[in-house]
Amino acid sequence: MIDDFLLRAIVGGVLLACVCGPFGAFIVWRRMAFFGDMLAHSALLGVALGLLIGIDVRLGMVATCLASALLLAYGQRQSKIGSDTVLGMLAHSTLALGMVALAFVQGVAVDVMAYLFGDILAITMGDIWILAGGGAFAIVGLVWMWRPLLALTVSPEIAAAESVPVERLRLIFMLLMALVIGLAIKIVGVLLITALLIVPAASARFFAKTPEQMALGAAIFGAASVLVGIAMSWHVDTPAGPSIVISAAGLFIVSSIVMMGLRKR
Amino acid sequence: MTAPLIEGRGLTLSFGGERVLDQVSLSIRAGEIITLIGPNGAGKSTLVKTLLGLQKPDSGDVIRKSGLRVGYVPQKLAIDQVLPLTVKRFLTLTRSASRADCQKVLAQVGAAHVIDAQMSSLSGGEAQRVMLARTLLLRPELLVLDEPTQGVDVSGQAELYRLIDEIRRELDCAVLMISHDLHLVMAKTDQVVCFNRHVCCSGQPETVRQHPEYRSLFGVREADAIGIYTHEHDHEHDLSGHVVGGCGHDHSHDHSHDQGHHHHNDHHHAHDHHHGDAHAHKEAGTAK
Repeated sequence: MIDDFLLRAIVGGVLLACVCGPFGAFIVWRRMAFFGDMLAHSALLGVALGLLIGIDVRLGMVATCLASALLLAYGQRQSKIGSDTVLGMLAHSTLALGMVALAFVQGVAVDVMAYLFGDILAITMGDIWILAGGGAFAIVGLVWMWRPLLALTVSPEIAAAESVPVERLRLIFMLLMALVIGLAIKIVGVLLITALLIVPAASARFFAKTPEQMALGAAIFGAASVLVGIAMSWHVDTPAGPSIVISAAGLFIVSSIVMMGLRKR
Repeated sequence: MTAPLIEGRGLTLSFGGERVLDQVSLSIRAGEIITLIGPNGAGKSTLVKTLLGLQKPDSGDVIRKSGLRVGYVPQKLAIDQVLPLTVKRFLTLTRSASRADCQKVLAQVGAAHVIDAQMSSLSGGEAQRVMLARTLLLRPELLVLDEPTQGVDVSGQAELYRLIDEIRRELDCAVLMISHDLHLVMAKTDQVVCFNRHVCCSGQPETVRQHPEYRSLFGVREADAIGIYTHEHDHEHDLSGHVVGGCGHDHSHDHSHDQGHHHHNDHHHAHDHHHGDAHAHKEAGTAK
């Protein structure tokens, strides 16, 4: 029999991978990897705020992610400072602010490592329900805006000329992204979430002919990474979050080798 | 007259202190073909983007007929390799269509064989054809083409213009085209707008073509461009292409082609035409 906590980890991890797949594909297409990173960094501040104010830390994380996304959207309106610089500033100042704020949290010893690298094996049923609910919301949102968002990704000009509300979609996508990242941190942590988003999508790129195939492929590669990572953690006793990321990277290497082999034939 | 599909009024826009659009007014009506010409960096693309609402003007208004369907063919579509996208999927980017319909419009533009190809693997000419095929599916009321033959070799250009004309006839739509190497479409153009950050002049190409000063004005200038136009020499619309090319290179033509208005501007002054100057011919450009 599989232990309950292991089963919860598997269910939660696979659920998350399925949500991260399509979002990760968009992150890869829209070259927003650094944006994901920034959101994740800012989430640590959310943890600290949650503990200080006494609200659920997940709520704190989602809130700070959303706030940073809005702040970034605002910061990108000007052009004196490049958007990568704005991202970098936001990422590191919010991370630093988070660490400083955590130092003020009294009483409870905060396991910072758990937030940095995630603690999938400590996932509770409550976490799974929240993940399922939030994840379903994010996926429904993404499916709803799929066609216009893709058009906007292919060419903002064509999309806008054909009456796609470009600015609104960009903002909604950023906010959904913030939600996904807020949900994911408990599992893979601040420092590894971007990997779970982009690595499976990158692996899926090799085999996809359409955007939809790549999004689906990313979900499958992500789920496989979670399973392999948890198995690794179970058998070799490695930390689960990093193990998942290592499996994802391993799968990427394997698929690129397979692809090179296929091309040669 | 019916209300314009899109109308820009007094559009002004600056990028970093430099004025790109200066009090530009332009309107496009149903079924009308307007060709926008001007030198590189004249702000032609910016004007079109502003009219389409892709760029907000600093001042001025864009009035768009509500529910207007626009088909836009950008100068160049760079599809990133990171995005897997077949031609079929690209055709259905903003609107769904059956495979048979996709196949049909691709055949119409002579690109039926690429339906399952990746967009990023297409040549410049093929990509343009696919974009034109997409407009056939969209059935727009206004087709906007931004230098549609850029990056296409000389023999392909004539073919593309023929296609554009065919598509326009089928769709019966208005066309707004940016060009600097316009020849074939020109003859059917209702209005040529010569543009360099402001509307320098506008008028019917036929008026331009029949003007006696036309040859003396452009004969010499166009000698530079002879390599580009040689292949067109046996073509009936050849002359029109010259008009446009000439206007694009400098502002040297007399503005008397503005529908019978006779301005006695010395056209030589226009050679060193400066944008800060008050333009004697400006009102000629906006007069309709």
